[in-house]
Amino acid sequence: MAVSGALLIGFLFLHMIGNLKIYFGASSFDSYAHWLRKIGEPILPYSGFLWIQRVVLLVAIGAHIWAATSLAIAARKARPVAYAHRPKVQGSYAARTMRWGGVIIALFVVYHLLDLTTRHLNPVADTNQAFGAVTADFAPGRWYVTLFYTLAVVMLGFHLRHGVWSAFQTLGWKFPRTVALAVSVLLCAGFLMVPLSVMFGIIK
Amino acid sequence: MKLHLRVWRQASGGVRGEMVAYEVDDVSPDMSFLEMLDVLNERLTLEGEEPIAFDHDCREGICGMCSLVINGTAHGPQKATTTCQLHMRSFNDGDTIDIEPWRARAFPVIKDLVVDRSAFDRIIQAGGFISAPTGSAPDAHATPVPKADADDAFEAATCIGCGACVAACPNGSGMLFTAAKITHLGLLPQGQPERDARVIDMLHAHDEAGFGGCTNTGECTQVCPKGIPLASIARLNRDYRDAVKRA
Ligand code: HEM
Ligand code: FES
Repeated sequence: MAVSGALLIGFLFLHMIGNLKIYFGASSFDSYAHWLRKIGEPILPYSGFLWIQRVVLLVAIGAHIWAATSLAIAARKARPVAYAHRPKVQGSYAARTMRWGGVIIALFVVYHLLDLTTRHLNPVADTNQAFGAVTADFAPGRWYVTLFYTLAVVMLGFHLRHGVWSAFQTLGWKFPRTVALAVSVLLCAGFLMVPLSVMFGIIK
Repeated sequence: MKLHLRVWRQASGGVRGEMVAYEVDDVSPDMSFLEMLDVLNERLTLEGEEPIAFDHDCREGICGMCSLVINGTAHGPQKATTTCQLHMRSFNDGDTIDIEPWRARAFPVIKDLVVDRSAFDRIIQAGGFISAPTGSAPDAHATPVPKADADDAFEAATCIGCGACVAACPNGSGMLFTAAKITHLGLLPQGQPERDARVIDMLHAHDEAGFGGCTNTGECTQVCPKGIPLASIARLNRDYRDAVKRA
Protein backbone atom coordinates (compact mmCIF):
# COMPACT_ATOMS: atom_id res chain seq x y z
CA MET A 1 0.00 0.00 0.00
CA ALA A 2 2.61 2.52 1.13
CA VAL A 3 5.29 1.74 -1.45
CA SER A 4 2.96 1.61 -4.47
CA GLY A 5 1.22 4.74 -3.19
CA ALA A 6 4.57 6.54 -2.99
CA LEU A 7 5.26 5.73 -6.66
CA LEU A 8 1.83 7.03 -7.66
CA ILE A 9 2.35 10.26 -5.72
CA GLY A 10 5.70 10.70 -7.47
CA PHE A 11 3.87 10.47 -10.79
CA LEU A 12 1.21 12.92 -9.62
CA PHE A 13 3.83 15.53 -8.74
CA LEU A 14 5.55 15.28 -12.11
CA HIS A 15 2.18 15.27 -13.87
CA MET A 16 1.04 18.36 -11.99
CA ILE A 17 4.25 20.24 -12.78
CA GLY A 18 3.97 19.18 -16.43
CA ASN A 19 0.37 20.43 -16.59
CA LEU A 20 1.42 23.83 -15.25
CA LYS A 21 3.57 24.29 -18.36
CA ILE A 22 0.29 25.18 -20.06
CA TYR A 23 0.70 28.68 -18.62
CA PHE A 24 3.71 29.16 -20.92
CA GLY A 25 1.53 28.93 -24.01
CA ALA A 26 0.44 26.47 -26.67
CA SER A 27 3.81 25.83 -28.33
CA SER A 28 5.57 25.33 -24.99
CA PHE A 29 2.93 22.84 -23.79
CA ASP A 30 2.78 20.94 -27.06
CA SER A 31 6.55 20.67 -27.29
CA TYR A 32 6.57 19.41 -23.69
CA ALA A 33 4.11 16.67 -24.72
CA HIS A 34 6.32 15.93 -27.73
CA TRP A 35 9.45 15.84 -25.54
CA LEU A 36 7.77 13.28 -23.22
CA ARG A 37 7.72 10.95 -26.20
CA LYS A 38 11.34 11.62 -27.17
CA ILE A 39 12.89 10.89 -23.75
CA GLY A 40 15.63 8.31 -24.09
CA GLU A 41 15.89 8.53 -27.86
CA PRO A 42 17.73 7.14 -29.75
CA ILE A 43 18.36 4.25 -27.32
CA LEU A 44 14.63 4.00 -26.75
CA PRO A 45 12.16 4.16 -29.64
CA TYR A 46 9.74 7.11 -29.95
CA SER A 47 7.30 6.97 -26.98
CA GLY A 48 9.54 4.26 -25.48
CA PHE A 49 9.99 5.99 -22.14
CA LEU A 50 6.28 6.75 -21.97
CA TRP A 51 5.48 3.06 -22.34
CA ILE A 52 8.01 2.07 -19.66
CA GLN A 53 6.44 4.63 -17.36
CA ARG A 54 2.97 3.29 -18.20
CA VAL A 55 4.02 -0.24 -17.30
CA VAL A 56 5.53 0.95 -13.99
CA LEU A 57 2.33 2.91 -13.22
CA LEU A 58 0.14 -0.06 -14.09
CA VAL A 59 2.16 -2.34 -11.81
CA ALA A 60 1.96 0.23 -9.01
CA ILE A 61 -1.80 0.68 -9.50
CA GLY A 62 -2.24 -3.10 -9.59
CA ALA A 63 -0.26 -3.55 -6.37
CA HIS A 64 -2.16 -0.70 -4.72
CA ILE A 65 -5.55 -2.20 -5.62
CA TRP A 66 -4.44 -5.70 -4.68
CA ALA A 67 -3.26 -4.57 -1.23
CA ALA A 68 -6.42 -2.54 -0.66
CA THR A 69 -8.64 -5.43 -1.68
CA SER A 70 -6.91 -7.95 0.55
CA LEU A 71 -7.16 -5.53 3.49
CA ALA A 72 -10.86 -5.03 2.79
CA ILE A 73 -11.44 -8.79 2.61
CA ALA A 74 -9.51 -9.32 5.87
CA ALA A 75 -11.63 -6.58 7.48
CA ARG A 76 -14.86 -8.30 6.41
CA LYS A 77 -13.67 -11.61 7.76
CA ALA A 78 -12.56 -10.02 11.01
CA ARG A 79 -16.09 -8.76 11.79
CA PRO A 80 -18.62 -11.37 10.67
CA VAL A 81 -21.50 -9.83 12.67
CA ALA A 82 -22.02 -6.12 12.02
CA TYR A 83 -23.06 -3.63 14.69
CA ALA A 84 -26.79 -2.93 14.84
CA HIS A 85 -26.03 0.65 15.82
CA ARG A 86 -23.73 1.94 13.13
CA PRO A 87 -20.56 3.28 14.76
CA LYS A 88 -20.05 6.97 14.15
CA VAL A 89 -16.81 8.17 12.59
CA GLN A 90 -14.67 9.54 15.40
CA GLY A 91 -11.25 9.46 13.81
CA SER A 92 -10.61 11.12 10.49
CA TYR A 93 -13.26 11.39 7.79
CA ALA A 94 -10.58 11.08 5.11
CA ALA A 95 -9.46 7.76 6.61
CA ARG A 96 -12.95 6.35 6.45
CA THR A 97 -13.47 7.18 2.78
CA MET A 98 -10.28 5.56 1.49
CA ARG A 99 -11.95 2.51 -0.06
CA TRP A 100 -14.81 4.19 -1.91
CA GLY A 101 -12.61 7.18 -2.64
CA GLY A 102 -10.07 4.87 -4.25
CA VAL A 103 -12.73 3.30 -6.46
CA ILE A 104 -13.96 6.74 -7.55
CA ILE A 105 -10.41 7.88 -8.35
CA ALA A 106 -9.83 4.69 -10.39
CA LEU A 107 -13.00 5.35 -12.41
CA PHE A 108 -11.86 8.93 -12.92
CA VAL A 109 -8.49 7.73 -14.25
CA VAL A 110 -10.28 5.51 -16.79
CA TYR A 111 -12.40 8.44 -17.92
CA HIS A 112 -9.35 10.70 -17.95
CA LEU A 113 -7.36 8.30 -20.17
CA LEU A 114 -10.24 8.05 -22.65
CA ASP A 115 -10.43 11.83 -22.55
CA LEU A 116 -6.90 13.23 -22.75
CA THR A 117 -4.74 10.26 -23.74
CA THR A 118 -6.77 8.30 -26.30
CA ARG A 119 -9.08 11.30 -27.01
CA HIS A 120 -12.16 9.14 -27.46
CA LEU A 121 -14.13 11.52 -25.23
CA ASN A 122 -12.30 14.69 -26.23
CA PRO A 123 -13.39 17.15 -28.95
CA VAL A 124 -9.80 17.27 -30.32
CA ALA A 125 -8.80 13.96 -31.88
CA ASP A 126 -5.32 15.00 -33.11
CA THR A 127 -2.95 13.68 -30.45
CA ASN A 128 -0.23 16.13 -31.51
CA GLN A 129 -2.34 18.92 -30.08
CA ALA A 130 -2.12 18.67 -26.30
CA PHE A 131 -2.89 22.36 -25.68
CA GLY A 132 -5.88 22.30 -28.00
CA ALA A 133 -7.27 19.19 -26.33
CA VAL A 134 -7.02 20.67 -22.82
CA THR A 135 -8.52 24.02 -23.77
CA ALA A 136 -11.37 22.39 -25.70
CA ASP A 137 -11.98 19.95 -22.85
CA PHE A 138 -12.54 22.55 -20.17
CA ALA A 139 -14.26 25.16 -22.34
CA PRO A 140 -17.10 26.96 -20.50
CA GLY A 141 -19.72 25.08 -22.55
CA ARG A 142 -18.37 21.81 -21.14
CA TRP A 143 -18.63 22.99 -17.52
CA TYR A 144 -19.74 19.50 -16.46
CA VAL A 145 -16.31 18.11 -17.45
CA THR A 146 -14.59 20.71 -15.28
CA LEU A 147 -17.01 19.92 -12.47
CA PHE A 148 -16.28 16.21 -12.69
CA TYR A 149 -12.52 16.83 -12.74
CA THR A 150 -12.89 19.11 -9.73
CA LEU A 151 -14.82 16.51 -7.73
CA ALA A 152 -12.31 13.80 -8.64
CA VAL A 153 -9.33 15.95 -7.64
CA VAL A 154 -10.94 16.93 -4.33
CA MET A 155 -11.59 13.22 -3.69
CA LEU A 156 -7.92 12.61 -4.51
CA GLY A 157 -7.03 15.32 -1.99
CA PHE A 158 -8.91 13.48 0.76
CA HIS A 159 -7.31 10.21 -0.31
CA LEU A 160 -3.83 11.70 -0.09
CA ARG A 161 -4.48 13.55 3.12
CA HIS A 162 -4.87 10.24 4.91
CA GLY A 163 -2.74 8.20 2.52
CA VAL A 164 0.46 10.25 2.77
CA TRP A 165 0.42 10.25 6.56
CA SER A 166 -0.61 6.61 6.74
CA ALA A 167 2.18 5.53 4.39
CA PHE A 168 4.79 7.06 6.70
CA GLN A 169 3.12 5.46 9.71
CA THR A 170 3.16 2.06 7.97
CA LEU A 171 6.83 2.42 7.09
CA GLY A 172 7.54 3.14 10.75
CA TRP A 173 8.01 6.90 10.84
CA LYS A 174 6.09 9.34 12.96
CA PHE A 175 4.90 11.98 10.52
CA PRO A 176 3.05 15.26 11.15
CA ARG A 177 -0.47 15.18 9.76
CA THR A 178 -0.17 18.83 8.79
CA VAL A 179 2.55 17.98 6.25
CA ALA A 180 0.26 15.37 4.66
CA LEU A 181 -2.47 18.01 4.53
CA ALA A 182 -0.06 20.47 2.90
CA VAL A 183 0.96 17.90 0.27
CA SER A 184 -2.63 17.19 -0.67
CA VAL A 185 -3.64 20.87 -0.74
CA LEU A 186 -0.64 21.61 -2.97
CA LEU A 187 -1.50 18.80 -5.39
CA CYS A 188 -5.19 19.73 -5.44
CA ALA A 189 -4.42 23.38 -6.15
CA GLY A 190 -1.86 22.53 -8.84
CA PHE A 191 -4.23 20.19 -10.64
CA LEU A 192 -7.35 22.33 -10.30
CA MET A 193 -5.70 25.51 -11.54
CA VAL A 194 -5.53 24.30 -15.13
CA PRO A 195 -9.16 23.28 -15.77
CA LEU A 196 -10.46 26.29 -13.83
CA SER A 197 -8.15 28.69 -15.70
CA VAL A 198 -9.42 27.33 -19.00
CA MET A 199 -13.02 27.50 -17.92
CA PHE A 200 -12.72 31.11 -16.74
CA GLY A 201 -10.81 32.21 -19.82
CA ILE A 202 -7.42 32.78 -18.19
CA ILE A 203 -5.87 30.28 -20.59
CA LYS A 204 -7.11 30.59 -24.16
CA MET B 1 -34.56 9.13 34.47
CA LYS B 2 -36.44 6.72 32.24
CA LEU B 3 -34.51 4.92 29.54
CA HIS B 4 -35.30 2.71 26.58
CA LEU B 5 -32.60 0.08 26.14
CA ARG B 6 -31.99 -2.25 23.24
CA VAL B 7 -29.63 -4.97 24.36
CA TRP B 8 -27.97 -7.80 22.45
CA ARG B 9 -29.23 -11.12 23.88
CA GLN B 10 -27.62 -14.37 22.83
CA ALA B 11 -28.02 -17.51 24.95
CA SER B 12 -24.62 -18.96 23.99
CA GLY B 13 -21.89 -18.84 21.38
CA GLY B 14 -23.43 -21.18 18.86
CA VAL B 15 -26.94 -19.76 18.67
CA ARG B 16 -28.42 -16.71 16.99
CA GLY B 17 -28.84 -13.53 19.00
CA GLU B 18 -30.99 -10.42 18.66
CA MET B 19 -31.50 -6.95 20.02
CA VAL B 20 -34.17 -7.00 22.78
CA ALA B 21 -35.95 -3.87 24.06
CA TYR B 22 -36.19 -3.08 27.81
CA GLU B 23 -37.58 -0.10 29.68
CA VAL B 24 -35.74 1.03 32.80
CA ASP B 25 -37.39 3.55 35.16
CA ASP B 26 -35.94 5.30 38.19
CA VAL B 27 -32.41 5.60 36.89
CA SER B 28 -30.37 8.06 38.93
CA PRO B 29 -27.91 10.24 36.99
CA ASP B 30 -25.30 9.30 39.61
CA MET B 31 -25.47 5.59 38.81
CA SER B 32 -22.69 4.12 36.77
CA PHE B 33 -23.66 2.49 33.50
CA LEU B 34 -23.11 -0.96 35.01
CA GLU B 35 -25.20 -0.10 38.08
CA MET B 36 -28.02 0.82 35.72
CA LEU B 37 -27.69 -2.66 34.19
CA ASP B 38 -27.58 -4.16 37.72
CA VAL B 39 -30.93 -2.50 38.45
CA LEU B 40 -32.41 -3.96 35.28
CA ASN B 41 -30.94 -7.39 36.06
CA GLU B 42 -32.45 -7.40 39.56
CA ARG B 43 -35.85 -6.79 38.05
CA LEU B 44 -35.35 -9.45 35.36
CA THR B 45 -34.31 -11.96 38.06
CA LEU B 46 -37.40 -11.16 40.15
CA GLU B 47 -39.56 -11.59 37.08
CA GLY B 48 -38.00 -14.98 36.49
CA GLU B 49 -36.15 -13.90 33.36
CA GLU B 50 -32.52 -14.61 32.57
CA PRO B 51 -30.40 -11.57 33.62
CA ILE B 52 -28.20 -9.90 30.99
CA ALA B 53 -24.65 -11.24 31.12
CA PHE B 54 -21.92 -8.58 30.91
CA ASP B 55 -18.27 -8.49 31.93
CA HIS B 56 -16.97 -6.42 34.84
CA ASP B 57 -14.58 -6.75 37.73
CA CYS B 58 -12.87 -3.78 39.38
CA ARG B 59 -15.44 -1.13 38.39
CA GLU B 60 -12.61 1.35 38.91
CA GLY B 61 -11.41 1.62 35.32
CA ILE B 62 -8.20 -0.31 35.89
CA CYS B 63 -8.78 -4.01 35.21
CA GLY B 64 -9.97 -3.99 31.59
CA MET B 65 -12.85 -6.42 32.13
CA CYS B 66 -15.82 -4.23 31.28
CA SER B 67 -16.68 -3.73 27.64
CA LEU B 68 -19.94 -2.79 25.83
CA VAL B 69 -20.46 -0.88 22.63
CA ILE B 70 -22.92 1.85 23.62
CA ASN B 71 -24.77 3.56 20.78
CA GLY B 72 -22.08 2.43 18.36
CA THR B 73 -19.16 3.64 20.49
CA ALA B 74 -16.92 1.30 22.48
CA HIS B 75 -17.11 2.26 26.18
CA GLY B 76 -19.77 4.86 25.37
CA PRO B 77 -19.79 8.60 24.76
CA GLN B 78 -17.24 9.79 27.33
CA LYS B 79 -13.66 9.98 26.07
CA ALA B 80 -10.85 8.16 27.89
CA THR B 81 -13.34 6.38 30.16
CA THR B 82 -14.20 2.71 30.63
CA THR B 83 -17.85 1.62 30.69
CA CYS B 84 -17.67 1.04 34.46
CA GLN B 85 -16.62 4.66 34.98
CA LEU B 86 -19.29 6.04 32.67
CA HIS B 87 -22.21 7.60 34.56
CA MET B 88 -25.82 7.98 33.60
CA ARG B 89 -25.48 11.77 33.71
CA SER B 90 -23.90 11.37 30.25
CA PHE B 91 -27.42 10.49 29.00
CA ASN B 92 -30.76 12.26 28.99
CA ASP B 93 -34.15 11.26 30.32
CA GLY B 94 -36.05 9.34 27.64
CA ASP B 95 -32.92 8.34 25.64
CA THR B 96 -32.82 5.14 23.64
CA ILE B 97 -29.52 3.33 24.26
CA ASP B 98 -28.25 0.46 22.10
CA ILE B 99 -25.92 -1.93 23.91
CA GLU B 100 -23.89 -4.48 21.96
CA PRO B 101 -20.88 -6.68 22.62
CA TRP B 102 -17.42 -6.14 21.06
CA ARG B 103 -17.83 -7.40 17.49
CA ALA B 104 -14.85 -9.33 16.10
CA ARG B 105 -14.22 -12.81 14.79
CA ALA B 106 -11.31 -13.06 17.22
CA PHE B 107 -13.66 -12.14 20.12
CA PRO B 108 -16.54 -14.63 19.81
CA VAL B 109 -19.63 -14.00 21.95
CA ILE B 110 -19.88 -16.35 24.94
CA LYS B 111 -23.22 -15.05 26.16
CA ASP B 112 -25.16 -11.80 25.66
CA LEU B 113 -22.57 -9.03 26.03
CA VAL B 114 -19.70 -11.24 27.19
CA VAL B 115 -17.01 -12.04 24.61
CA ASP B 116 -13.99 -14.33 24.77
CA ARG B 117 -10.89 -12.13 24.66
CA SER B 118 -8.34 -14.92 25.02
CA ALA B 119 -7.00 -13.98 21.57
CA PHE B 120 -5.22 -11.15 23.41
CA ASP B 121 -3.70 -13.70 25.79
CA ARG B 122 -2.33 -15.59 22.81
CA ILE B 123 -0.71 -12.41 21.49
CA ILE B 124 0.89 -11.85 24.92
CA GLN B 125 2.02 -15.48 25.11
CA ALA B 126 3.74 -15.04 21.74
CA GLY B 127 6.09 -12.36 23.06
CA GLY B 128 4.52 -9.92 25.50
CA PHE B 129 7.00 -10.69 28.26
CA ILE B 130 10.66 -10.39 29.23
CA SER B 131 12.78 -13.34 30.23
CA ALA B 132 15.33 -11.45 32.36
CA PRO B 133 15.19 -12.69 35.97
CA THR B 134 13.72 -9.72 37.80
CA GLY B 135 14.20 -10.79 41.42
CA SER B 136 13.32 -8.15 43.98
CA ALA B 137 12.83 -4.52 43.00
CA PRO B 138 16.16 -3.05 41.79
CA ASP B 139 17.63 0.21 43.10
CA ALA B 140 15.89 3.15 41.51
CA HIS B 141 18.75 4.26 39.27
CA ALA B 142 20.63 0.99 38.85
CA THR B 143 19.56 0.84 35.18
CA PRO B 144 19.32 4.32 33.69
CA VAL B 145 16.39 4.88 31.31
CA PRO B 146 16.14 8.13 29.33
CA LYS B 147 13.23 10.22 30.59
CA ALA B 148 11.49 10.40 27.20
CA ASP B 149 11.63 6.60 26.82
CA ALA B 150 10.36 6.07 30.35
CA ASP B 151 7.44 8.41 29.68
CA ASP B 152 6.47 6.68 26.43
CA ALA B 153 6.87 3.22 27.97
CA PHE B 154 4.69 4.21 30.94
CA GLU B 155 2.05 5.67 28.68
CA ALA B 156 1.92 2.43 26.66
CA ALA B 157 1.95 0.33 29.84
CA THR B 158 -1.35 1.89 30.91
CA CYS B 159 -3.11 -0.33 28.33
CA ILE B 160 -5.56 -2.50 30.26
CA GLY B 161 -6.20 -4.89 27.36
CA CYS B 162 -9.94 -4.27 27.29
CA GLY B 163 -10.22 -4.70 23.51
CA ALA B 164 -12.09 -1.45 22.77
CA CYS B 165 -9.54 -0.76 20.00
CA VAL B 166 -10.64 -3.93 18.20
CA ALA B 167 -14.32 -3.17 18.77
CA ALA B 168 -13.98 0.31 17.24
CA CYS B 169 -11.67 -0.59 14.37
CA PRO B 170 -13.46 -0.76 11.00
CA ASN B 171 -10.93 -3.47 10.09
CA GLY B 172 -11.40 -5.42 13.32
CA SER B 173 -7.66 -5.04 13.92
CA GLY B 174 -5.92 -5.48 17.27
CA MET B 175 -2.92 -3.39 16.28
CA LEU B 176 -3.22 -0.69 18.97
CA PHE B 177 -3.16 -3.32 21.71
CA THR B 178 -0.20 -5.12 20.13
CA ALA B 179 1.61 -1.83 19.55
CA ALA B 180 1.10 -0.77 23.17
CA LYS B 181 2.88 -3.93 24.36
CA ILE B 182 5.66 -3.56 21.78
CA THR B 183 6.20 0.05 22.86
CA HIS B 184 6.03 -0.67 26.56
CA LEU B 185 8.54 -3.54 26.49
CA GLY B 186 10.68 -2.40 23.56
CA LEU B 187 11.57 0.98 25.04
CA LEU B 188 12.98 -0.40 28.30
CA PRO B 189 16.41 -2.01 28.72
CA GLN B 190 14.89 -5.20 30.13
CA GLY B 191 12.90 -5.66 26.94
CA GLN B 192 15.87 -5.64 24.57
CA PRO B 193 16.94 -9.32 24.42
CA GLU B 194 13.65 -10.47 22.84
CA ARG B 195 12.90 -7.26 20.99
CA ASP B 196 13.16 -8.60 17.43
CA ALA B 197 11.49 -11.95 18.08
CA ARG B 198 8.76 -10.21 20.08
CA VAL B 199 7.45 -8.02 17.29
CA ILE B 200 7.56 -10.80 14.69
CA ASP B 201 5.91 -13.40 16.94
CA MET B 202 3.27 -11.07 18.36
CA LEU B 203 2.25 -9.85 14.91
CA HIS B 204 2.06 -13.43 13.74
CA ALA B 205 -0.17 -14.36 16.70
CA HIS B 206 -2.29 -11.27 16.01
CA ASP B 207 -2.94 -12.33 12.41
CA GLU B 208 -3.44 -16.00 13.37
CA ALA B 209 -6.16 -14.99 15.84
CA GLY B 210 -8.25 -13.59 12.99
CA PHE B 211 -7.83 -9.85 13.60
CA GLY B 212 -7.90 -7.65 10.51
CA GLY B 213 -5.06 -5.52 9.15
CA CYS B 214 -4.38 -1.97 10.38
CA THR B 215 -5.02 0.88 7.94
CA ASN B 216 -4.30 3.65 10.45
CA THR B 217 -7.89 4.88 10.57
CA GLY B 218 -7.37 5.99 14.16
CA GLU B 219 -10.80 4.96 15.48
CA CYS B 220 -8.96 2.91 18.14
CA THR B 221 -7.26 5.82 19.93
CA GLN B 222 -10.55 7.71 19.97
CA VAL B 223 -12.21 5.07 22.15
CA CYS B 224 -9.16 3.86 24.11
CA PRO B 225 -9.91 4.45 27.79
CA LYS B 226 -6.18 4.99 28.36
CA GLY B 227 -5.52 7.16 25.32
CA ILE B 228 -2.79 4.94 23.83
CA PRO B 229 -1.48 7.07 20.93
CA LEU B 230 -1.45 6.00 17.27
CA ALA B 231 2.27 6.76 17.16
CA SER B 232 2.78 3.48 19.00
CA ILE B 233 1.67 1.69 15.81
CA ALA B 234 4.38 3.55 13.86
CA ARG B 235 6.84 2.30 16.49
CA LEU B 236 5.59 -1.27 16.05
CA ASN B 237 6.05 -0.95 12.29
CA ARG B 238 9.57 0.40 12.77
CA ASP B 239 10.46 -2.42 15.15
CA TYR B 240 9.06 -4.91 12.65
CA ARG B 241 11.04 -3.36 9.79
CA ASP B 242 14.27 -3.46 11.79
CA ALA B 243 13.61 -7.00 13.02
CA VAL B 244 13.02 -8.30 9.50
CA LYS B 245 16.18 -6.57 8.28
CA ARG B 246 18.24 -8.19 11.03
CA ALA B 247 16.61 -11.60 10.75
C1 HEM C 1 -7.12 18.00 -13.19
C2 HEM C 1 -6.22 18.32 -14.05
C3 HEM C 1 -5.55 17.35 -15.00
C4 HEM C 1 -5.23 17.66 -16.30
C5 HEM C 1 -5.47 19.00 -17.00
C6 HEM C 1 -4.59 16.50 -16.85
C7 HEM C 1 -4.13 16.45 -18.18
C8 HEM C 1 -3.57 15.34 -18.76
C9 HEM C 1 -3.10 15.26 -20.13
C10 HEM C 1 -3.13 16.41 -21.17
C11 HEM C 1 -2.64 14.00 -20.34
C12 HEM C 1 -2.03 13.43 -21.63
C13 HEM C 1 -0.55 13.64 -21.63
C14 HEM C 1 0.07 13.16 -22.91
O1 HEM C 1 -0.32 12.07 -23.40
O2 HEM C 1 0.93 13.87 -23.44
C15 HEM C 1 -2.80 13.25 -19.09
C16 HEM C 1 -2.42 11.93 -18.90
C17 HEM C 1 -2.60 11.22 -17.69
N1 HEM C 1 -3.13 11.73 -16.50
FE1 HEM C 1 -3.83 13.60 -16.20
N2 HEM C 1 -4.55 15.50 -15.90
C18 HEM C 1 -5.12 15.96 -14.74
C19 HEM C 1 -5.30 15.27 -13.56
C20 HEM C 1 -4.92 13.93 -13.34
C21 HEM C 1 -5.11 13.19 -12.11
C22 HEM C 1 -5.75 13.77 -10.84
C23 HEM C 1 -4.62 11.92 -12.32
C24 HEM C 1 -4.55 10.71 -11.37
C25 HEM C 1 -5.29 10.52 -10.33
C26 HEM C 1 -4.13 11.88 -13.66
C27 HEM C 1 -3.56 10.76 -14.26
C28 HEM C 1 -3.14 10.69 -15.58
C29 HEM C 1 -2.59 9.50 -16.20
C30 HEM C 1 -2.42 8.12 -15.50
C31 HEM C 1 -2.25 9.83 -17.52
C32 HEM C 1 -1.66 8.90 -18.57
C33 HEM C 1 -0.17 8.98 -18.59
C34 HEM C 1 0.36 8.12 -19.73
O3 HEM C 1 -0.11 8.27 -20.84
O4 HEM C 1 1.23 7.31 -19.43
N3 HEM C 1 -4.33 13.10 -14.25
N4 HEM C 1 -3.36 14.09 -18.14
S1 FES D 1 -14.60 -3.19 35.34
FE1 FES D 1 -12.44 -3.00 35.55
S2 FES D 1 -12.02 -1.53 34.04
FE2 FES D 1 -14.17 -1.53 34.00
